[in-house]
Amino acid sequence: MSAPLNSDQTLAAFRRDTRAWLEANCPAEMRQPIVDEYDVCWGGRRAQFKNDAQRVWLEKMAERGWTVPEWPKQYGGGGLSKDEARVLREEMAALKCRPPLTSFGISMLGPALLKYGNEKQKSEHIPKIVRGEIRWCQGYSEPGAGSDLASLKTRAEDQGDHFLVNGSKIWTSYGDQADWIFCLVRTSFTGKKQEGISFVLFDMESPGVSTRPIRLISGYSPFTQTFFDNVKVPKENLLGELNKGWTIAKYLLTHERNMIGGMGTQRVTPLSQLAIRNLGLTAGRLSEPALRTDIARFEMDALAFALTMNRVTDEAKAGNETGAMSSMLKYYGTELNKRRAELTMSVAGSEGLKFGDAHSEEQLAAMWLRTKANSIEGGTSEIQLNIIAKNVLRLPGA
Amino acid sequence: MTLVLTDDQLMFRDAAKRFAAERTPVSQLRKLRDDLDLDGFSRPVWKEMAEMGWAGVLVPEENGGVGFGFVGAGLIATEIGRNLSATPLLSSAVLAVAALLRGGTPAQKETLLPAIAGGDLLIAFASDECVRHTPYHIATRCTGKYKLSGRKLHVLDGHVADRLIVSARTSGDIGSRDGITLFLVDPKASGVTITRSSMVDSRNSAVIDLRDVVVGEADVIGTFDKGAIVLDAVLDAGRAVLSAELLGVAEEAFERTLTYLREREQFGVKIGTFQALQHRAAHLFCEIELVRSVVLRTLQALDAQEPTASSLVCLAKAKASDVARIATNEAVQMHGGIGMTDEFDIGFFMKRARAAAETFGDQYYHTDRFAQLSGY
Repeated sequence: MSAPLNSDQTLAAFRRDTRAWLEANCPAEMRQPIVDEYDVCWGGRRAQFKNDAQRVWLEKMAERGWTVPEWPKQYGGGGLSKDEARVLREEMAALKCRPPLTSFGISMLGPALLKYGNEKQKSEHIPKIVRGEIRWCQGYSEPGAGSDLASLKTRAEDQGDHFLVNGSKIWTSYGDQADWIFCLVRTSFTGKKQEGISFVLFDMESPGVSTRPIRLISGYSPFTQTFFDNVKVPKENLLGELNKGWTIAKYLLTHERNMIGGMGTQRVTPLSQLAIRNLGLTAGRLSEPALRTDIARFEMDALAFALTMNRVTDEAKAGNETGAMSSMLKYYGTELNKRRAELTMSVAGSEGLKFGDAHSEEQLAAMWLRTKANSIEGGTSEIQLNIIAKNVLRLPGA
Repeated sequence: MTLVLTDDQLMFRDAAKRFAAERTPVSQLRKLRDDLDLDGFSRPVWKEMAEMGWAGVLVPEENGGVGFGFVGAGLIATEIGRNLSATPLLSSAVLAVAALLRGGTPAQKETLLPAIAGGDLLIAFASDECVRHTPYHIATRCTGKYKLSGRKLHVLDGHVADRLIVSARTSGDIGSRDGITLFLVDPKASGVTITRSSMVDSRNSAVIDLRDVVVGEADVIGTFDKGAIVLDAVLDAGRAVLSAELLGVAEEAFERTLTYLREREQFGVKIGTFQALQHRAAHLFCEIELVRSVVLRTLQALDAQEPTASSLVCLAKAKASDVARIATNEAVQMHGGIGMTDEFDIGFFMKRARAAAETFGDQYYHTDRFAQLSGY
């Protein structure tokens, strides 16, 4: 369903109204730069608001459906056209408004629900995502199924009115803080491995669900291993058709990849500024020529990548096919992010090696270590290259 | 401005695509080379190109051109890159026109621009004096009022030009940006010696010696001693359009390689099934996509005369030079033995990528310049 095209005039009016509303309703605290992880609002049953402003901002935006501006109004979304949504993004950026809500419900499950869910599932789950009432996590990878995701073994047995789920998932982002999980399970052990997978949704408070945090090289524990021991899942919680979950899984992954690929373009202090401070200039050039060259090459590639993100967005708006680009953006964006982190560590020298007990985002070493996951999570760089070779370049047998 | 071509630009590109593929395919360059063609390009075809609007792509309509700007010139250049078409587009329609638009007197513009746009006049730009691009290292002397003496290297289409635009040092030290002046020079004037060089890419390049060549007040382009303003504009125009050409070279070499990977069999299977080759091809695909974005953005920035356009030009020329180098080297490697034969076309792409990268600064030059323009 495509919204009618906006004339410049109505769009200008929308911009005026939006700015006025944002100015009146976005609390001052929500216009400050994000400093720590508590500044990001994830919502959920056990939502922890850092302050009242964060809660108020979420409520006001959710009321208008502007936590998800382009989702349909009937499920609580904003119902905005692409142009209106762009105007909203631009106005929010101009006033430095923080995103009111961040969640995997928004960035991953929601698009799949809208595309594959039945009416009951959509009206049950989407409004709660919009309002941030339910926090979702993703049950994809397993200890024995990483890059070869389709070989997953967590099984769901048909028990008449419900499935009985047994098995284990790994790399569940914030599994210990989530309310519901969208989960890939095996429902058939015959035929091609991709054709025996189903996509189910269930409550993390169901009896038999448990989680164990995983401590990473960075010191963070953003992931859990998640265990299912005879978990009863009502059959109505099957998304799409039985044994057709792989299609949904792949659709959802393109959304996840776009998100991870885009992380490298977040606004940070340019590497060269950091380098000027730490290395100094000799006759206008950074004092270490070899490092300077690598920094320049990185900054040029980063700019070229940012321009490519813009071009892909512009082409999508013009109606040109760009679906195949998500693997490219994921691959190149994450590899760039790792390059940035490596060079940042080099520029920082011994100062960058500091690694205390309190692991905050401020610490370069933790940031550097965190970036190593970028090219692994959501499909490794090598998997992305496989996808490009097969789906874009149409190389044989890939 | 969005990074998508307008309908007019798409039509212009499609016409260029058809024309270049039909009238100036790689086989034409091969024939010019094998025939030891004296001009190094086809004059009748250049006349046809002029009728297509190519020779006047940058020339405003009031001066007899089509006024399609740098984006338009880039679209042609990419098709030229794909077909390795030998034409004086870069020398005459881009460099000379950019010089006249930036620094030409009304009289110079009135007489020269329509003739260039009509394909009846070729002007070559003679500035570089060092083997590696060093734009302000100009030692060509200007004595009295005015006699030019010096030596210019790598002058594109120098031996077929009807006029030359020559940079000379009118004050200041060699290497200084100040004190440079540009002059229009008649190549038939006394004291001008033009020697055509045989180049690896089979394209036109010449060495020009000047010995007490007399020019007049009316031949100055731009402001006396302040010619670097014009020189910079000419070079950035040339670099941006060369980047668009390099994009075409990379795209075509890559597509030919993909075709080969899909067809060639070894060990009983298509070689395109090998992951070692697939991953290199997939990486190259990403790099070429980046060049596409950068080239289009840079051409748009030049058309809009954005203040940061020079930085983008560095990015485009560096990235396009480097990616075209990788794409053509991978092309030869993945073609294996046949890629090394002269009979097969792929080698021509590698030769052109090398020459186009070298012209007006390669990836090393422009990476350094990008850093300098960024304040480090």
